[in-house]
Amino acid sequence: MTLSLAFRHAFPGLALDIAFDAPTPGTTVLFGPSGAGKSTAAAVVAGLLRPLRGRVAIDGTVLADSDSGRFLPPERRRVGLVFQEARLFPHISVLGNLRYGLRRAPADTPQRIELAQVIDLLGLAALLARRPGTLSGGERQRVAIGRALLSQPRLLVMDEPLASLDAPRKAEILPYLARLKTTLALPILYITHALEEVSRLADTLVLIEAGRSLAAGPLADIVSRGDLPLAARDDAAAILFLRVTAHDPARRLTCLQADGLMLLVPLLASPPGTALRVRVPAREVILATEIPGGISVHNILPGEVRAVTEDAARHAALVEVALGSASALLARVTPDAVARLCLGPGAPVLALVKSMAVEVLV
Amino acid sequence: MAVRLTLVVAAWSVCIGLPPALLAATALARWRFPGRSALDALVHLPLVLPPVVVGWLLLLTFGIHGVIGAELLAWFGVRLAFTRAGASLACAVMTFPLMVRAMRLSLEAVDPGFDQAARTLGAGRFDRFVTITLPLAAPGVLVGAITAFAASLGEFGAVITFAANIPGETQTLPLAIYTALQSPGGEATAARLSLISVGLALGGLLAAEFAARRLRPLLGR
Repeated sequence: MTLSLAFRHAFPGLALDIAFDAPTPGTTVLFGPSGAGKSTAAAVVAGLLRPLRGRVAIDGTVLADSDSGRFLPPERRRVGLVFQEARLFPHISVLGNLRYGLRRAPADTPQRIELAQVIDLLGLAALLARRPGTLSGGERQRVAIGRALLSQPRLLVMDEPLASLDAPRKAEILPYLARLKTTLALPILYITHALEEVSRLADTLVLIEAGRSLAAGPLADIVSRGDLPLAARDDAAAILFLRVTAHDPARRLTCLQADGLMLLVPLLASPPGTALRVRVPAREVILATEIPGGISVHNILPGEVRAVTEDAARHAALVEVALGSASALLARVTPDAVARLCLGPGAPVLALVKSMAVEVLV
Repeated sequence: MAVRLTLVVAAWSVCIGLPPALLAATALARWRFPGRSALDALVHLPLVLPPVVVGWLLLLTFGIHGVIGAELLAWFGVRLAFTRAGASLACAVMTFPLMVRAMRLSLEAVDPGFDQAARTLGAGRFDRFVTITLPLAAPGVLVGAITAFAASLGEFGAVITFAANIPGETQTLPLAIYTALQSPGGEATAARLSLISVGLALGGLLAAEFAARRLRPLLGR
């Protein structure tokens, strides 16, 4: 099943040409700078904007297609939209807001999302009788997400839901979003310009720049590609999908594994079997051609150089290292190190990753 | 007698004027269509025309030989000219611009973002108007209605032209004051009625302000 979007539109000063296909259910993140056309894409999917040309389809249902002239109005699309500024109806209570979409949803939806479930999932029980005007920004956004979920959407679109919140509020909502993702088998289209939200939430990543979609694909693939703008950022990092396999309380370490890859990190609370994602910053990865002795690093991962990209302006080189069959790391080293170790595509290499440098995300 | 009659006429004029005023205000605030400026001008016409002219135009259309008036008489046996209902109609037409202006302003002040949000939640056009736009614009609608009511209490020219000055039937407060002033020794009556008139008008304006202030917190503002 897929979410498929392709459209062209023109605003004064910005021509938009965005197209991608993403597997569903799963979270597709549109990532790019402000003004790149991400929110326009959300409006097109929800039907609030009719593009010059374009097609929107989800799981085989065509919502709009300029070739056939089909255009479902927003009220008949069943696409839940969470706006950046919540837009809760100020004259009705939180419960009334939650019920607004629920009352108007078709009664025969499979996998119906219940009111009690949403209240529990988003921690809304204490807020139900209150008016939106009395809520904090974070609470308001949680209610808006719940309201959209209860309209029984076939797709949930979130347009920068955290952008107007300060850092503590963001940290308050992110775990709810991660829970939502794992609890409900609902396709989500998430729009953001914050890399942290990308790393935590994305399954599929679509890069948007100046009105165009640069690349689309699985998160780990896109972030580790040296030819894309993400790798050129100071905070470039690889994402690995791993599972907790064992805890070693005596050494205060947790062992994470995935297809032939093993990583030791400081002790975690998650029980064995928990799936999680980790972020390994490119700056923190050391490359070696033989196993060094007497060293504090726990993780010495054998791999193969996939590509080397030089960043002349910064006198740096970005080395993509393939680990096992599906994972990859990024290492930012000096061009001199690349030359000394003779690192080129296909060369075997060891990636040294400090346990303390691994960021466990979920 | 004149006081009670005036209140009844004003109340009816608001009832007659409210639905079309709401429609016109919505059209002017929300819809884009050809002839929008023409509608805007038409709505404001009673404000700038001499009231006598409005009364005479009403006679032309709703009088017993008028375009609509003749039909009403033939089909339903309803006569508007020189009746209490006619006085209400005259007041409704005269206060129409006031009502539309207040409603339009408050409709325009409602953030269209709420309407969009309701759309994505599956609400159709009429549904959204009734559940979102209208409640959020309620203070303006109420203020418009109360202001129109207060203005109806003082309507003179259009009423006397279209409904005449029949004591107990169409003689509202201003007409009664005028009649008293025309008769010898009527100054005392005129003064008494004028005082009542001032009180009613002030009361109306205060009620409008009070209603708006009480409604605002209910709307979360």
